[in-house]
Amino acid sequence: MSDPNAVVAAEAPSRTPRSLAGDAWLDLRTRKVFWIAAVLVVVVLLMAVWPSLFTSADPRDCLLARKNAGASGGAPFGYDFQGCDVYAKTVYGARDSILVGVTATLIAGLIGLVVGLLAGYFGRWVDALLSRFVDLVLAIPFILGAIVLARRLSSDPESDGVFAVIVTLGVLGWTTAARVMRSAVISAKNQDYVAAARMLGASPARLMLRHILPNAISPFIVVLTVLLGINIAGEATLSYLGVGLKGDSISWGLAIAEAGPYARTVAAPLVWPSVFLAATVLAFIMLGDAIRDAFDPKLR
Amino acid sequence: MFRYIVRRLLQMVLTFFGATFVVYALMFANIDDPLQALVGDRPLTDTQRSALNAQYHLNDGFFTQYWHYVSGLLTGDLGQSLTGRPIGDMLAQAWPVTMRLALLAIVIAAAVAVGAGVLSGLRRGGAFDTVTLVLTLLVLAMPIVVLAPLAQLVFGIQLGWFPPTATRDANLYQLLLPALVLGTLVVATELRVTRASVAENLRSDYVRTARAKGLAPKRVVGVHVLRNSLIPVVTLIGVDIGVLMSGAVVTEGVFNIPGVGFNLLRGIRTEDGPLVVSFVSVLVIVFLVINLIVDLLYAALDPRIRYE
Amino acid sequence: MTDITAQMDALPGMDPRAPLLHVDDLHVEFRTRDGVARAVNGVNLWLNPGETLAVLGESGCGKSVTAQAIMGILDTPPGHVTAGRVLYRGVDLLRLPENERRKVRANRIAMIFQDALSALNPVYTVGFQLAELFRVHRGASRREAKRRAVDLLDQVRIPDARRRVDDYPHQFSGGMRQRVMIAMALALDPEVLIADEPTTALDVTVQAQIMSLLADLQRQRNMGLILITHDMGVVADVADRIAVMYAGKVVEDAPVYDIYAHPAHAYTKALLESIPRLDHKGQPLNVIRGLPPALTDIPSGCAFHPRCAYAREICRLEPPPSYQIAPQRVTSCHFVREVLGV
Ligand SMILES: Nc1ncnc2c1ncn2[C@@H]1O[C@H](COP(=O)(O)OP(=O)(O)OP(=O)(O)O)[C@@H](O)[C@H]1O
Ligand code: SF4
Ligand SMILES: [Mg+2]
Repeated sequence: MSDPNAVVAAEAPSRTPRSLAGDAWLDLRTRKVFWIAAVLVVVVLLMAVWPSLFTSADPRDCLLARKNAGASGGAPFGYDFQGCDVYAKTVYGARDSILVGVTATLIAGLIGLVVGLLAGYFGRWVDALLSRFVDLVLAIPFILGAIVLARRLSSDPESDGVFAVIVTLGVLGWTTAARVMRSAVISAKNQDYVAAARMLGASPARLMLRHILPNAISPFIVVLTVLLGINIAGEATLSYLGVGLKGDSISWGLAIAEAGPYARTVAAPLVWPSVFLAATVLAFIMLGDAIRDAFDPKLR
Repeated sequence: MFRYIVRRLLQMVLTFFGATFVVYALMFANIDDPLQALVGDRPLTDTQRSALNAQYHLNDGFFTQYWHYVSGLLTGDLGQSLTGRPIGDMLAQAWPVTMRLALLAIVIAAAVAVGAGVLSGLRRGGAFDTVTLVLTLLVLAMPIVVLAPLAQLVFGIQLGWFPPTATRDANLYQLLLPALVLGTLVVATELRVTRASVAENLRSDYVRTARAKGLAPKRVVGVHVLRNSLIPVVTLIGVDIGVLMSGAVVTEGVFNIPGVGFNLLRGIRTEDGPLVVSFVSVLVIVFLVINLIVDLLYAALDPRIRYE
Repeated sequence: MTDITAQMDALPGMDPRAPLLHVDDLHVEFRTRDGVARAVNGVNLWLNPGETLAVLGESGCGKSVTAQAIMGILDTPPGHVTAGRVLYRGVDLLRLPENERRKVRANRIAMIFQDALSALNPVYTVGFQLAELFRVHRGASRREAKRRAVDLLDQVRIPDARRRVDDYPHQFSGGMRQRVMIAMALALDPEVLIADEPTTALDVTVQAQIMSLLADLQRQRNMGLILITHDMGVVADVADRIAVMYAGKVVEDAPVYDIYAHPAHAYTKALLESIPRLDHKGQPLNVIRGLPPALTDIPSGCAFHPRCAYAREICRLEPPPSYQIAPQRVTSCHFVREVLGV
């Protein structure tokens, strides 16, 4: 046993090469937080896509005669001050929340992706310029920018405000995504294999798509998952303030705003949309946390 | 230090023009009837039209309009709201209330975040740390539109521990619950950053040096860990002010506190365009100034920045 | 302020005639997620006043961890001393209550770290960090403490000490920073100084200055110096004795001259053959093959056996005992004779 390579050789098989994503998935599977978040997310998504699975009542079927009535067989959460079924309204509220949240996040992600990639890859003046631009967007507190922009976009009295809210959240919410992308690209760019590919004459576009992006993508996904939660909260806030979804739209934010003044008399119409909203936001934030921990166990 | 201040001031001036320009452009650029946009769905009389025109110079070129708007902001001439009241007066009246609320919230949040964050960071993985982490996660997931109305319902109305709404003078007692709600918005991030930086600093070489110097743990933490750990927390305050502003709009609305956010919310709901533009602009400026102050504070805490 | 020296002399078991420092069979392990890393596995060291002991060994062999365990500044968790004694003048520091032990640090045993930039607190002036020692351990007034801080900076030959005392660490050059570190370690006149690679981060000319400063100060004060390094050149110049470490053990301990002339352990020999020498110019270097073992999985028997040219079956099965081959020489190798070539 004088062969010095014996030790090295014996070690090798225990380190079966697995992809980063594969490792992360193995890690994720063992996390309770991940499963709680995943179940919540699936339920909310189902609610958004197929609300009649959860309730047979019509959320717009409101009868003043049932005003503030308590819980009953058909309406487990009772009725609100207009006599609408609180449970049905809450279930149907998921749809616009998810629609707005997902679309706005995709827009923000796309902007962040492009800005971050360009700034990180080209560096120098491109980076300087884009970074100043990010600073500028961050110099306006989110809600103030959102109020002005959403008001402007939804000035048409006919619109239901969905488009306005999506654009507002998407256009104002991309900065973190861009920053994360930028720093991921910069660190990926400095790795040997990317330098090698560049020396072999790969074009910038090919380098970004084939070599840099796949390695920068995991922190980016984490940010987007959390951002989805934040955007859902953002929709509710804008709707609450009166610059979001309008009129007869059904939304958790609107429901909370409407129920607030009557909470003294009947609490359910305020409490249930709040609970659903908070649980949804929580689910996405937990999901993001769990994914991040799985990709980077050192962080804990 | 001097060069640092000058550089930051120059940066701020640039950002000021950039940010106000963005706000103004969002409001007025490329719009068919800007006057109608200002007032929303209301009918507009001819006298109102000419008054608004005089105020916003809407017949001039876009940059001239912007120039009038900025010089109005800088000279404190904010024009009139659609109700006819001078916006400057409304702001002057609302401002102290909001300041009190925000300060109270910041003090509460900072005390809790630093206290609990240090404890968590010192014993990562311990029972206290685990509980704190779960709590911060829950708090992080609570949008202000959930937090404020529920807190009012539970602690103000059902339990009756706090006054559920404020009166015109908005005294400290009435502001306590709203301040707690506002503080909750920022406490979780501050706490997590404190915890992370305490944990990181504990492992740093200079803390090892401090222990090698035979200092008691109390002094190692109190003198060598704490000051260094507060640096990233201080930089957070700048960001937090932005969060507090959005929180204040909702919180003041819910608790009926006659502050800046309350007026802004009413402006939005009554489609009072001039009021909204002016209030938003002033808040953006306040945000910029506070961030400048935070940066200077940062430099005071970290000599490496100061002597760059 | 009470006289700290008097307090220390009153420690039970303290014996002025006992060796200055004796590390006996020290074991340290790190319990991490990835398993238990046994970083130190039975280290034996001793040190006399005025003596310089060099501790040599490849990266990761446990030199710094040994030093930290002697100082009592291991990161716990994950680090734990699992066995052994650290005897200072006959008193086992590991058994001392923490508040007693704290008084030993800096007062009796002090330490210098490799990277002075990160070892000094960036947000306090060097004056504050020096004066802190006098204020805490000696109860000195603010002004008195600062005066002594200036004195110390003078002693480590920092020009214009009176003014520089109010500067922050990042305002000093690398060499000057290491001088500040040295000043800090010497502030309370310790009897033992542990220098963990004090010059690795510096460039060559500055290295020489720092080493000669250390040597001067040591001579003036008759201190015992433990010099951790992997620089064989430095060792030959300043050390009296050398302890060679491998995988958390001292494998050979001998006077400098003897080690260079006749290494008595296969690892020491390989280490010496791996340094370039002028008189062997043109000949290929004998780099030690393979890598140091993972501390979570240390080879059985003699930990060096997978890489050793002298290894035989017994090296894999039996850990070699310590052989005392001369009055001051200890080595643990099954085949000492072959290595020595006798
Ligand atoms: N804080 C720690 N946590 C976990 N493991 C540690 C820690 N400190 C040291 N170790 C382990 O102890 C081993 C020995 O480390 P040590 O710092 O003593 O090496 P060294 O001999 O000083 O090497 P170098 O010459 O590189 O400084 C390391 O390989 C590491 O695995
Ligand atoms: S004991 Fe054996 S393996 Fe270890 S150094 Fe000596 S000869 Fe080599
Ligand atoms: Mg070391």
